[in-house]
Amino acid sequence: MEEKEESYHLSNLKTLEAESIGIIREVAAEFENPVMLYSVGKDSSVMAHLAIKAFYPEKVPFPLLHVDTSYKFPEMYEFRDYYTKKHNLELKVHRNEEALSKGINPLSAGTVKCCAELKTKALLDALKEGGYDAAFGGARRDEEKSRAKERVFSFRDKHGQWDPKNQKPELWNIFNSRIDPGESIRVFPLSNWTELDIWTYIYHENIEVVPLYFAKKRPVIEKNNQLIPVYTDENPEETKEVMCRFRTLGCHYCTGAVRSEADTMPKIIEEMMVARHSERITRVIDHDQDSSMEQKKMEGYF
Amino acid sequence: MIEDSQNIELLRITTAGSVDDGKSTLIGRLLYDSKSIFEDQLSSIRDYSKTNRNQEIDYSLITDGLKSEREQGITIDVAYRFYSTPKRRFIIADTPGHEQYTRNMATGASNASLALILIDAKKGIVTQTRRHTFISSLLGIRHFVVAINKMDLVDYSEEVFEQIVEEYKAFAEKLSVESISFIPLSALKGDNVIERSTNMPWYQGSPLLDYLENVNVAGGRNLIDFRFPVQYVNWSGNEFRGYCGTISSGVIRKGERVIALPSGRTSKISRIVTYDGDLDYAFAPMAITLCIEDDIDISRGDLISRENNLPAITGNIEANVVWMDTESMQTGKDYLIKHTTKTVKGSFSEVRYKFDLEKIHRIPAEFLSVNDIGKVKIELKKPLYADLYSKNRFTGSFIVIDQHTNQTVAAGMISKYKQVSPDKACESVKAKVIRYPGDKKEKAKSDYDRLSMQGTQCIYVDDEILQKGLCRGIAVDTDEYSRIIEGLCNIATESGVSVVLCTENEVSLE
Repeated sequence: MEEKEESYHLSNLKTLEAESIGIIREVAAEFENPVMLYSVGKDSSVMAHLAIKAFYPEKVPFPLLHVDTSYKFPEMYEFRDYYTKKHNLELKVHRNEEALSKGINPLSAGTVKCCAELKTKALLDALKEGGYDAAFGGARRDEEKSRAKERVFSFRDKHGQWDPKNQKPELWNIFNSRIDPGESIRVFPLSNWTELDIWTYIYHENIEVVPLYFAKKRPVIEKNNQLIPVYTDENPEETKEVMCRFRTLGCHYCTGAVRSEADTMPKIIEEMMVARHSERITRVIDHDQDSSMEQKKMEGYF
Repeated sequence: MIEDSQNIELLRITTAGSVDDGKSTLIGRLLYDSKSIFEDQLSSIRDYSKTNRNQEIDYSLITDGLKSEREQGITIDVAYRFYSTPKRRFIIADTPGHEQYTRNMATGASNASLALILIDAKKGIVTQTRRHTFISSLLGIRHFVVAINKMDLVDYSEEVFEQIVEEYKAFAEKLSVESISFIPLSALKGDNVIERSTNMPWYQGSPLLDYLENVNVAGGRNLIDFRFPVQYVNWSGNEFRGYCGTISSGVIRKGERVIALPSGRTSKISRIVTYDGDLDYAFAPMAITLCIEDDIDISRGDLISRENNLPAITGNIEANVVWMDTESMQTGKDYLIKHTTKTVKGSFSEVRYKFDLEKIHRIPAEFLSVNDIGKVKIELKKPLYADLYSKNRFTGSFIVIDQHTNQTVAAGMISKYKQVSPDKACESVKAKVIRYPGDKKEKAKSDYDRLSMQGTQCIYVDDEILQKGLCRGIAVDTDEYSRIIEGLCNIATESGVSVVLCTENEVSLE
């Protein structure tokens, strides 16, 4: 602080932050009834944090929506309620109760059908019931190959479907938010962030995330090279205690942990920097079939 | 140890070239060789390559992520790819080469500062090469690297390379480009991509990655003209009222006097608010919230600027337009023009010409069709606060939306505007000519310096300068001499630029 000279240089993270805040404000200004999808993961934490920043000192002018499969990790539910309450965010939760009452889960119905019912259908119903015309999602272009093709403002037809071959051109930072009744836009303010940016930002901004991201000894079973966490006593003899953490969070049935010693933020970032596998390797649902994410997105998953 | 990449520069690249020039393969190779692909992603690509392509690894699969792209073996839509080296961070917009998807190419180019143009050494320069180069230059990209690919198929011939270089240079002369570099390479074999190739000892330049890491693309950001389009009014009925937005250009300091358009009312910045605390100053492209001292009516779509450095207030613009919709342009029909945070109705009153993209020359046209680029006149139903695209990428650009289909039908770059009569508040800053007699050069120069320091857009002209340039060989004291000065002054003031004029001659100005 010894020098008082003005600098006009904006760091990489601050540039990304400014871009995202601009996108979030644009949606708040142009849409009647926006909502922010909140999955409780690290990207969601960053996106919510950016929304808080965008409207400071006033309250975030739209609700957060958690599409809940009911199979998330217990720590996620705890964190969700704690985080939204602490930051005075309005939280809405939606579940596909009908499917749940039929007992749909990934073991009985298979992951493809389970996702279609508990995620895609639940999401589409929630958006329809809420009458939302814009929904923020935390997806990033570096995550998955079909997401690399996404626009920031991604148009969805009346049935919530995405047509990757017919996307609206998107130039500069000018976004087309014109839609007809029933149609909607998915907005991805974190499009240009990478996984490493997310972690570095979380570290610099001191953003809270679900403790599952930090390594500790957890009971798991090893299946198809994945470390699946154990939440019941189903396989007590195969269960072992492994020092591990989660790089990405989904349903506990379908999310594997990775062996790791990273129990602090700097250690996680260090681990990230030398990672040789993508974060989604632990997501069982991505490996169902070729282009499975693209297929899910076309049907309405975000 | 955990840096916020503070000093690592971000370079946004757009790629261009024709189908089958090997763009996706080159980017795939760049990512692969710089170890930016995760092993699980790589192994799925290896599997697919073996089963479906009968080859060890098809690099294009790294970027062609859509199912239909893999089936057809072409790139349909822009894919944004990220990679970083210890020296730089890159965002590459991998854009389609197919003519049908030119609009997606423009999408990728609009935010880039460097264009990577691919040419197939066997085919040489084709229409798409010219088309993409032209679009890139029109969209304001000033730095080009031309990768002449598939050198392995022409026996790594220096002659072939030189021939293409000469041809490309001749063509690019007509465009406003700052730097062009040429690199002979083979994306497939990896020659001159990361490592210098031993197959082309005659090439003395850098391999591609090395070039991309070191090319200087500074500039482009306007820190002079303060422009703040109001995006969102932050007020919930409580005491706080702030104007949210992203600074398009320039710098703003707490306590500075500002003017709000269209009201023309002036006030002072009382606070620059951010979640991380109030700031003393802020600059482009920061997203901030401004509070002002007086209670002025300001809403979304208004623009905050400085009294002595305003954008043009215009209802008539001329622009270069890329038409992107399958439905052709209709002159006279109302479209929506979205410019900064303001959307107004407007219609195309005239197509001045369109570009023949083969030869890059102007041809007459009545309207523009899909993938056409042309110069048009637009009449606006309400004024915009705009700058020339060449001065400001953000206040000089707009998109055109068809209000019936909601499609983004065109992208425009303002090249000329006609000021509408500014209201009283703006009168004081209307561009004017300030005259000095020929012997008052010192006084004129110091006046010019003062005005420039205050941020007024102005130019300085005296007899010496005129004699060296515009009026070379023309005697002072002639009508011809006067006519040139008058013409110059008119062009400048109509574009909102004041003129400090120091001449011995008689000139009659409006």
